[in-house]
Amino acid sequence: MTLKRLLPLIIFLLLVGLLGKGLFLNPKEIPSPLVGKPAPAFSAPILGQPDKLFSTEDMKGQVWLLNAWASWCAACRDEHPLLVEMHKYGIPLYGLAYKDTEAEALEVLDKMGNPYIISANDADGRIGIDYGVYGVPETYLIDKQGIIRYKQIGPITPQDLQEKIIPLLKELSA
Amino acid sequence: MMFLRAIALVSLMLFTSLSFADANNEADINVRLKRLSNELRCLVCQNSTLADSDAPLAQDLRNEIRKLMEEGKSDEEVVAFLVARYGDFVTFRPPVNANTALLWFGPFIMLAIGMITLVVVLKRRAKLLESQQTTTQDHTET
Repeated sequence: MTLKRLLPLIIFLLLVGLLGKGLFLNPKEIPSPLVGKPAPAFSAPILGQPDKLFSTEDMKGQVWLLNAWASWCAACRDEHPLLVEMHKYGIPLYGLAYKDTEAEALEVLDKMGNPYIISANDADGRIGIDYGVYGVPETYLIDKQGIIRYKQIGPITPQDLQEKIIPLLKELSA
Repeated sequence: MMFLRAIALVSLMLFTSLSFADANNEADINVRLKRLSNELRCLVCQNSTLADSDAPLAQDLRNEIRKLMEEGKSDEEVVAFLVARYGDFVTFRPPVNANTALLWFGPFIMLAIGMITLVVVLKRRAKLLESQQTTTQDHTET
């Protein structure tokens, strides 16, 4: 009898728990359908060297990170110091300057340091569309076969780096 | 001379009909773009449609959809293009699949649970009422 009495309360609490969890999920984080699929191929002018092209084809056989960023994006500014740190540790970070002007993008790299081995210039955002970028910064981890293995939406936090990105990099590079 | 004039006339007709076809196609694409972009979500401001949003990404995506339509892609192909990049979330009417099953059928499951509970409670109450009546009858007899 007591259990029967308590049942509505238990159901109510379960529902509260479920809805409460939903309340704390980040609606901005939309799981990408691209994870587990081949990274869209592109070749684009290199930032700072507009006559040269960066191509995803050149990256075959390497594990690398593609970080979509922009000078007009405040969250990218927050993320930037960590990227510089990652670069120092030799994490293969490549940039995708998303809907930015060459001058403004280069200015940011000048002032805050350049964490990228190469930054490709996606001035019209066309590559961004292929990658499903909807809010910079976004970061893709791409394996040796050119498959996207992880997508970070929003700035990388030190926790994401320690718990997800570095272990995955190690695993995939092995 | 007559012959030349005929050629000129025919080519003029051909040209105007061609440009008409172009204009028709253009109008057609505008209508399709408007309808489709009302059913797609802007990912930046998530509760507005692609048609309503002024976000730069929404503008880019509208241009992209227009380009795809001009290439002769059907509405389904355009939606598939976007879903491949942004996931089912871009559609305001999510497709029925394993991920969205609860979303689609959850309300009906809840309704069924509610109905069963109602029937059980009503039956029990009827039984209780019956037994109460018999006890009051017992009282009046004694």
